[in-house]
Amino acid sequence: MKLHSNVPEGPLAEKWTEYKSKMNLVAPNNKRRISVIVVGTGLAGASAASTLAELGYNVKCYTFHDSPRRAHSIAAQGGINAAKNYQNDGDSVYRLFYDTIKGGDYRSREANVHRLAEVSTDIIDQCVAQGVPFAREYGGLLANRSFGGVQVSRTFYARGQTGQQLLIGAYQALERQISLGKVEMYNRHEMLDLVLVDGKARGIITRNLINGEIERHSAHCVVLATGGYGNVFYLSTNAMGSNVTAAWKAVKKGALMANPCFTQIHPTCIPVSGNYQSKLTLMSESLRNDGRVWVPKKLEDVKAIREGKKTGNDIPEVDRDYYLERRYPAFGNLVPRDVASRAAKTACDEGYGVNKTGLAVYLDFSSAIIRYGKTEAHSLGLHNPSEAKIKELGTKVVEAKYGNLFEMYEKITGENPYKLPMKIYPAVHYTMGGVWVDYNLQTNVPGLFSLGESNFSDHGANRLGASALMQGLADGYFVIPYTIGQFLSGEIRNDVPSTDLPAFAEAEKNVRDRINKFLSMKGGQSVESFHRRLGKIMWEYCGMSRNAEGLKKGRQMIRELRDEFYRDVFVPGTNEEYNPELEKANRVADFLELGEVMILDALDREESCGGHFREEYQTEEGEALRRDDVFTYVAAWEWDDEEPKVHKEELVYENVELKTRSYK
Amino acid sequence: MKLKLKIWKQKNQTAEGKFHDYNVEADEHMSFLEMLDVLNEGLLENQQEPVAFDHDCREGICGTCSLVINGRPHGPMQGTTACQLHMRHFKDGDTITIEPWRANAFPIVKDLVTDRSAFDRIIQSGGFVSVNTGQAMDGNAIPIEKDVAGEAFEAATCIGCGACVAACPNGSAMLFTSAKINHLDLLPQGKVESSKRVVKMVEKMDEEGFGNCSNVGACHVECPKEIKLENIARMNRKYFAAKLSAK
Repeated sequence: MKLHSNVPEGPLAEKWTEYKSKMNLVAPNNKRRISVIVVGTGLAGASAASTLAELGYNVKCYTFHDSPRRAHSIAAQGGINAAKNYQNDGDSVYRLFYDTIKGGDYRSREANVHRLAEVSTDIIDQCVAQGVPFAREYGGLLANRSFGGVQVSRTFYARGQTGQQLLIGAYQALERQISLGKVEMYNRHEMLDLVLVDGKARGIITRNLINGEIERHSAHCVVLATGGYGNVFYLSTNAMGSNVTAAWKAVKKGALMANPCFTQIHPTCIPVSGNYQSKLTLMSESLRNDGRVWVPKKLEDVKAIREGKKTGNDIPEVDRDYYLERRYPAFGNLVPRDVASRAAKTACDEGYGVNKTGLAVYLDFSSAIIRYGKTEAHSLGLHNPSEAKIKELGTKVVEAKYGNLFEMYEKITGENPYKLPMKIYPAVHYTMGGVWVDYNLQTNVPGLFSLGESNFSDHGANRLGASALMQGLADGYFVIPYTIGQFLSGEIRNDVPSTDLPAFAEAEKNVRDRINKFLSMKGGQSVESFHRRLGKIMWEYCGMSRNAEGLKKGRQMIRELRDEFYRDVFVPGTNEEYNPELEKANRVADFLELGEVMILDALDREESCGGHFREEYQTEEGEALRRDDVFTYVAAWEWDDEEPKVHKEELVYENVELKTRSYK
Repeated sequence: MKLKLKIWKQKNQTAEGKFHDYNVEADEHMSFLEMLDVLNEGLLENQQEPVAFDHDCREGICGTCSLVINGRPHGPMQGTTACQLHMRHFKDGDTITIEPWRANAFPIVKDLVTDRSAFDRIIQSGGFVSVNTGQAMDGNAIPIEKDVAGEAFEAATCIGCGACVAACPNGSAMLFTSAKINHLDLLPQGKVESSKRVVKMVEKMDEEGFGNCSNVGACHVECPKEIKLENIARMNRKYFAAKLSAK
């Protein structure tokens, strides 16, 4: 299969403008006759559904949540990037483009990323107009802050809950279109299959999660905005319900899964505390501005800490290893996420982890507290302040900056991070991989589109902070409303297909058969227990660092686990009721297949780049070794029960020179 | 720690419900929902039906979890959702009662799960700014006073969980609705539709079967985001002004 990226001709900076001015349009009278299915109501889905409805299309929108506002975009903390250059610090569209390409370790498509940077500025304007309460300066203008991996301040934010505020903006726009009758909203409906008619995506099969009704829905095309698949690891910062099912159904119907091994492990999360653990909580990247990461130098100190005989405070300065500052003096504690995560793993693998499980490092604010305290004392005219006074003043400054995060940490761990250093460990956070799409965000299946985290397109092998919100809204507000016309302009003569067509009947039957299979199994193990075991395999063999031997072993283990699942899973109750165990069974079954493709992709990619670290490919100092001559391509996987197959899209860099990332 | 749980079980909206007793062994580091996970895991091991409860992000922001714990929405800790509540706040041997949100406007779906779509319908009635994508001017075209933006943000931190309704003896949605109205009304972008919005949203709220406000203040006390009671006063003032000046 030849993959066509459909990137338009012309100079990079003019492609999108040129393309927009020449692309096919659908006239208003025809838009009224055309219907679009949008699955998912996060930033990408809600912004796409509302914008398409504003344009005049008839939109049907689906979410498994009880309300569109609960999609997991809501949990994003830090902010959203935009090349506004309001700070006059030298930012530009090109710089945002370049930072994103470089941050992604040169594994994303130039033209898509440049378009993302171009529309980033429109997103901020749109959100402000909707009433998103961004942080502001005293002069009343929008405030910015910095994030990792860049040298300008381009991140817009709403305290520590930017995702919630942006999503509420998009949700309100969506609710407005619902009230106008242009969007038909289906809450608590889960997509369980994609329906193709004559090779085009024309509908979906859903399950009403309240009463179990299996329903057929048809339209002229289908847009998936269904988020990432980080929960394949069981433990992640994703919400409990986040899943791959909708995207995976598309893959089973012929769409391709691109770069599935590119997962982002976020370095600062609250560590696992026990076997019952259901999810991991992120501590914002912004903490690394002031927190210093360290482990003890002596193993006897580690032992004493684990036994509860010592705390971090008892370890003298000379016996601490600030390993990021030591290994990466130029960037120190602010190295990018992939680098910081791997370094924490190395420290713990060598036996220096500082909690009972041995999987935690310190993030210490004591020097920041002293530093801020001294400055405060000075500004107050205190010339000989006591240490206690300095600490008191410094604590206040740190509280003003990070108060809500410290409070969250204390709620979860029961420890006071102002007094004891925080314990943190990396956790799965985001998936750069996703459904393969071309420049139009269309998959290789005509009429099937994929937006936001569910596609693969913009972040390469590593995503920069505050870029996920930007991409979700760019795709939904400013890209798909244009590019969908390229497909739909050819559909104006076609009616919405009847749901009585054999393709719908067949898809519905498959869904019912699978549900019946789960319910009739009556095995001995819960869905959750299988999911937990899958997560362990993925984390162990396809986590922060990977090698060929482990990956092969992991693949074998997943296949065995999958067989066991179909022999011994226990799903209680019936289909015709609210049945969360049945919902989970459907999702975990798909994770059990996706996991194998992730492993195959990690095996295929014999290089280290971004979030993908192959132990065989590293420099003498243990840094990632990229192999541009062989692996400058997108690996797009076609599912097959026996042997999934890879298709390759070469990445062509016409504007950017490929360099080795260095943070030393 | 060993705990006794009294949990509300109800098959569906129309079925009769009642309390069931369960025993569970928990760890003090677990979150409240992880304690329920452990309970359900044990039930499934014995091929019994688990307890249905709503949850998703488990970090206090999505507003999905909705448990009345020992008579209090989201449990005993101030400013904390049930998912962020940890078992270290309970003692070995405690008996814990767990119920769903109870309000006419939130019918029970199953056990501890309720239908809160009435909140969506209140938003549909006017909780937005009527601006289409692409119509916006530059984000910095209208300066907004920092404190005003901050106040709008405070109102906008509402997570739409419905604890305010569950806490209110009248089942009123005044705190939710007023927070939504004030978030938009405080900003210049939302002011344009201000009068129309407040009238429509208040009417919708009544139509959905939410009760009225009799100044009990429990909504604010139980709100996991500590949304201020002043929002209600401000909404009332807006509402009367809009009604009196109606054309």
